[in-house]
Amino acid sequence: MKWMGVVCCCLMILVLTAFPLSAQQSPAPAAPSTSTASATPEVSQAVREKLNQLEQKTTAAQSSADNAWMLVSAALVLLMTGPGLALFYGGLVRQKNVLAIMMQSFALMALITVLWALVGYSLCFGGSGPLIGNFEHAFLRGVGALPNPDYAGTIPQTTFMIYQLMFAIITPALITGATAERMKFSGTVLFMTLWFLVVYAPMAHMVWGKGGFLNASQGGRFPTLDFAGGTVVHITSGVSALVCALYLGKRTGYPKQPMPPHSLVLSIIGACLLWVGWFGFNAGSALASNGLTSSAFVATHFGAAAAAMGWSLAEWIRNGRASALGAISGAVAGLVAITPAAGFVGPMPALAIGFIAGVFCYWMVTRFKAMFGYDDALDAFGVHGAGGTIGALLTGVFAQAAINPIFGKGKRVGGLDGRWSQVGNQLMGVLIAWGIALVGTIVLLKLVDLLTGLRVHEEHEIAGLDISLHGEEGYNLES
Amino acid sequence: MMKIEAIIQPSRFESVKEALLEIGIEGMTVTEVRGHGRQKGHTEVYRGREYTVDLLPKIKLEMVLADALVNRAVEAILKSAKTGKIGDGKIFISRIEEAIRIRNEERGEGAL
Repeated sequence: MKWMGVVCCCLMILVLTAFPLSAQQSPAPAAPSTSTASATPEVSQAVREKLNQLEQKTTAAQSSADNAWMLVSAALVLLMTGPGLALFYGGLVRQKNVLAIMMQSFALMALITVLWALVGYSLCFGGSGPLIGNFEHAFLRGVGALPNPDYAGTIPQTTFMIYQLMFAIITPALITGATAERMKFSGTVLFMTLWFLVVYAPMAHMVWGKGGFLNASQGGRFPTLDFAGGTVVHITSGVSALVCALYLGKRTGYPKQPMPPHSLVLSIIGACLLWVGWFGFNAGSALASNGLTSSAFVATHFGAAAAAMGWSLAEWIRNGRASALGAISGAVAGLVAITPAAGFVGPMPALAIGFIAGVFCYWMVTRFKAMFGYDDALDAFGVHGAGGTIGALLTGVFAQAAINPIFGKGKRVGGLDGRWSQVGNQLMGVLIAWGIALVGTIVLLKLVDLLTGLRVHEEHEIAGLDISLHGEEGYNLES
Repeated sequence: MMKIEAIIQPSRFESVKEALLEIGIEGMTVTEVRGHGRQKGHTEVYRGREYTVDLLPKIKLEMVLADALVNRAVEAILKSAKTGKIGDGKIFISRIEEAIRIRNEERGEGAL
């Protein structure tokens, strides 16, 4: 047993350093175990073989565990779009538009998947350029069971590919909250296709891709800490949502005509599914199943809870009542804000980030929106744009080397660690995400407006998009 | 023959129905309606946006009765539907010219 222990220790070190066990290197670590036995070449040969076998087994075991968690995570992130977001948004619109908004989320599940297989994955994760990927993995060339050591060294690249796809699906789906109840389906499909290629792909590559100039783990020019996509997913979608809302204009009758949510029951179910799915989104972003994964899981949960309380409390103080819609909106805002921080902060900073985001986003969707009068129908900007921005900045404040020493052993990470310059890096990442989203979205909206048009006719809007765009109704309760 | 239309609070519907059954009234037509009289609506707040809901849900009962039953029916409704607050509703009574049972073409009070 003692012999096994020593060999295992040696093996772990070798596996962790990821060097192949060559014939020249093996005698040294194996020496203590062989010294008691006879030192004949046959025995050392046998030991070498045993070591090789053990190494393979250890690698296989780690890969199995990581791969299992990552496949579950991929499924969880898909669950966030459908049914999570579809239900959350579906409940918030009026009855006559429930299918149209759910259909947008569902259509994106199909559309982005196909784009991803053709060029999307490659544009996000191919090559090592500073701005965008290349066509190295177009048509998923070279994406198979072998890991891609640039990103996730222990899981098949196929798993990494499918996991990242789920992020690409939910990001444009978030924007539909701002364009709800008035955007054409044709315009939505075309806009989202272009938006994915022009805004999402470069942003994902810059932050997560090899050589990307915001990539913190691979020595980017402005290392922005973004564990699970606060900038890539939430700022880009939230800011684009604001641009869309401004470009499309208000819904007919807004704000005079009442437009209350048609079913908060659906929205609550949707928000709960988002919360659960977010574990895959954030904890899965560790790209492995280890201590950091657990830490991100816990931070995610605590951020959501504190934000639900923050929003509710703010509402209670201002309105004298805590609403169900407020509580679930707060939870989602907290999940957004904790997204970039999830793998960098412990539970207490997670509570702080969540609470601040809950109060801030409440102020954004109630006061700020009213001040400027734009019609962000379901508050995609107020929750994702605002929550993503505050979360990215707070990540720079609260990130702890004790949780994730991303800049190397012994090096400080966030502001409270004593490295306040990181807040500047975070600001840089935020500004670039805002910039790309603003410019890209304006240009694309203009283009799509010329090609298919963006807004439905007024009579279609009044009749409801379900009937006028899809020829169906969400509820045929008397049939 | 008289027709009684009673617009009542939805929460009082079951007890009104029971009170009418007790005095032997078995036929009625019930509709879910919305409306308002002097009762003000309420406000709902969704993410800071306030909506005033002034049309409130009510139940409308309609029944056509023989003249002899009308007073007792009105009493039963008054007793069972009253909460004493604004919004309890109204009763309207009108005269009916004719009633015809479709099944056997019977006419008059016998058709009721």
